[in-house]
Amino acid sequence: MVATSHKDATVSGHKDVPGAAPVAHSLADTFEPSGRQAGENRLSPSMEAFAEQARRLPTDEVIINMGPSHPAMHGTVRVVLRIDGETIKDADVQIGYLHRGFEKESENATYNQIFPYVDRLNYVSPMLNNVGYAMAVEKLLGITERIPERAEYIRVIAGELARVCDHLTCIVASLAELGGFTAFFYGIRAREHFWELLEDISGARMTHSYCRIGGVAWDLTEDFIPKCREKITKVRKLIDDTRTLVERNRIFLDRMEGVGTLSGEDAVSYGITGPVLRASGVDYDVRKDKPYSVYDHFDFAIPIADGGDNLARYLVRIEEMEQSMQIIEQAMVQIPPGAVIINDPAIALPAKREVYNSIEGMIAHFKHVMDGLRVPPGEAYSFTEAGNGELGFYIVSDGTGRPFKCRCRPPSFYTTAALRQLIVGANLADVVPIFGGINMIGGECDR
Amino acid sequence: MPDHPGYVPTKLQDAINWAQKYSLFTYPFATACCAMEFMATMAGKYDIARFGAEFPRFSPRQADLLLIVGTVTERQGPILRRIYDQMADPKWVIAFGVCASTGGFYQNYTVMPGADQVVPVDVYIPGCPPRPEQVLDGLMTLQRRIQDHRGHSQRELGNTAAFTPHDRRRLPIVPDGTSMTLDEDERMPKDGRVL
Amino acid sequence: MAESVLTALTERFGDAILETGTYVGDEIAIVAREQLVAVLTFLRDDPDMAFAMLTDLTVVDYLEQTPRFEVVYQLYSLSKKHRVRLKVHVDEAPEQCWVPTATGLWHAANWAEREAWDLYGVRFEGHPDMRRILMYDEFVGHPLRKDYPQNARQPLLRRPDATPTDDQTTRLLEDSHDRRTSG
Repeated sequence: MVATSHKDATVSGHKDVPGAAPVAHSLADTFEPSGRQAGENRLSPSMEAFAEQARRLPTDEVIINMGPSHPAMHGTVRVVLRIDGETIKDADVQIGYLHRGFEKESENATYNQIFPYVDRLNYVSPMLNNVGYAMAVEKLLGITERIPERAEYIRVIAGELARVCDHLTCIVASLAELGGFTAFFYGIRAREHFWELLEDISGARMTHSYCRIGGVAWDLTEDFIPKCREKITKVRKLIDDTRTLVERNRIFLDRMEGVGTLSGEDAVSYGITGPVLRASGVDYDVRKDKPYSVYDHFDFAIPIADGGDNLARYLVRIEEMEQSMQIIEQAMVQIPPGAVIINDPAIALPAKREVYNSIEGMIAHFKHVMDGLRVPPGEAYSFTEAGNGELGFYIVSDGTGRPFKCRCRPPSFYTTAALRQLIVGANLADVVPIFGGINMIGGECDR
Repeated sequence: MPDHPGYVPTKLQDAINWAQKYSLFTYPFATACCAMEFMATMAGKYDIARFGAEFPRFSPRQADLLLIVGTVTERQGPILRRIYDQMADPKWVIAFGVCASTGGFYQNYTVMPGADQVVPVDVYIPGCPPRPEQVLDGLMTLQRRIQDHRGHSQRELGNTAAFTPHDRRRLPIVPDGTSMTLDEDERMPKDGRVL
Repeated sequence: MAESVLTALTERFGDAILETGTYVGDEIAIVAREQLVAVLTFLRDDPDMAFAMLTDLTVVDYLEQTPRFEVVYQLYSLSKKHRVRLKVHVDEAPEQCWVPTATGLWHAANWAEREAWDLYGVRFEGHPDMRRILMYDEFVGHPLRKDYPQNARQPLLRRPDATPTDDQTTRLLEDSHDRRTSG
């Protein structure tokens, strides 16, 4: 700030340190004795009396309630805040408003019937949930090695498309909550491109249920690969546009930079995974750590940031989208021809042709649909990298066609547990970007 | 007004209906997956603004269309009801998606079998989640109802604002000796809560 | 790598490790409840173990078996990149249905234990903030127990014409379907 005005010269009285004295200070600074800088004159007696009175004004702590239906709380979460002025003194984060009984439902559904429920856990990237769940059952069945390679590639392509959608939604929704509604429209437009692709291959815009145990439901469409290339170009452009809109914006930077800082140690202790953990400087991504599926065939990087704040989370997500699109591009080159589902009548549904033309096929189909595929008794914990981090499925089987227990390890749940620590000490308005940055997804957090 | 037939009043009512149907201020009670499709409906490609309902008012007192977007759980029932009660008349309610309409494929201990268990609903939009085209169709259905002056939910179902929710704490505890029975000391501690 | 975890556990804790095993590549150890906190502390702090992350905590309800519940801890070490699954058996009887809390070791245990209590009714002794987390306070019972009926809703609120006027408790226990599905 450059001291140029005539008034400033008279107030500060120091000509030799240009720019050291503020041109004007806020009312609060005036009231706060410590806010007065060296060389500034004391207030006039009448003002000083008023300032003294203002200093002695009692401030009360107030309890306010954000949510469960709050415009900026784009999940259904209730945050009860104890605030003193603008500062948050204590917070109680209450979740569970979207508890839909995933585990209870899945105990009463056959293994393949669980796919629709899994879709609706993290409803921003259903395809990744599909893959994670299918891999858990395959691990329990011991058929991980036998999945056709084409199916693995399709899963990777579809999953990475979903990851881009997930990060896009997270970013632009929190931008909209910060007032950047234009960015929201750009981002949703980009997401719409990928949804069209996913609709082409699965038939549904967002709740795909495209994976099956042992592969995927059907092959890619014939024109998928050229179409996908074209869409990726468009999405890259839209992401760039979105970035241009916000990244040099003072308001955006002020609200993201240094807000909601989380240290790497705390993040690990909270069990946080995914972009939020990587934004805190911890290098952990299941895709690199324990490459599942065909992720070891691709050349990609895991972005790490060390700020641990909102901006770091934003930047990690932005970079991850680019990396995901690079994975898709590599996968589209490498994808081999072949079957898309395991050739095993005990696991995969028979072809429709057989079902309608042979009695064996029809019986197999009937048994499959009514009883479900049999999984040997045992238990397995399988984990994949979903949009928000490590998505685990812990499945206990008792040998029947329905899981005895199907536990989903929700990344959002553990991230949301840290919300209290992130917002205590921050300003009330900071709750909105912090909550947007940790990307709590109600369906997954509450299941 | 329909009780007083006559040229001017009926035409005036038409004009009011016309104005109302194209200026629906929505309150999105967005809970779950359907919110993603709601975002898509709001954004460029489908553009709900063409129907005059683009502006979400996040205060129920300024809204006249309650969009119940997504699953309503038993825990959310009182919240939904409270929001509905805060809205000023005339008000309309759309159940967006099967979960809000019937509970969808969640038929279990926690999901409410349809938002109409606690609030009256005018239009049900099926789909899990409904495509944006379907949402726009539902919106147009509601607009036709408004134009025809077929009455909004309150008129047909009676104003149900005044009723007492029953308090679970006063219900008898399950008597059959299963683990659903909770001893007094096994219940959740009531103290130490923030509110 | 991970084999060494199970070996180290057996060597160090002897009888407190009731059973170890491997299934589809997952290492599993069943721990006596009395030694649970000691085992968890060792796993977290020992430089060769370094399980810095409690990935998940859940309960399995084996109804009609004794002991009925099994509390399952999934641990992961970021530096050593190994995993282990610990299990603790818990009896059904109310005074026995508890495990010591792990909140002192990992922040993650806080909410995970609240959820386990909420849905399964296993108490975590010493937990600083034991409240329901997914269900509401008025809810009676623990819904993920196998003997909780899938459809037993406990409504907080119903429209008057949507609520049957007869005994509401009967509705809670027996009537599992809403009016629409039953016609």
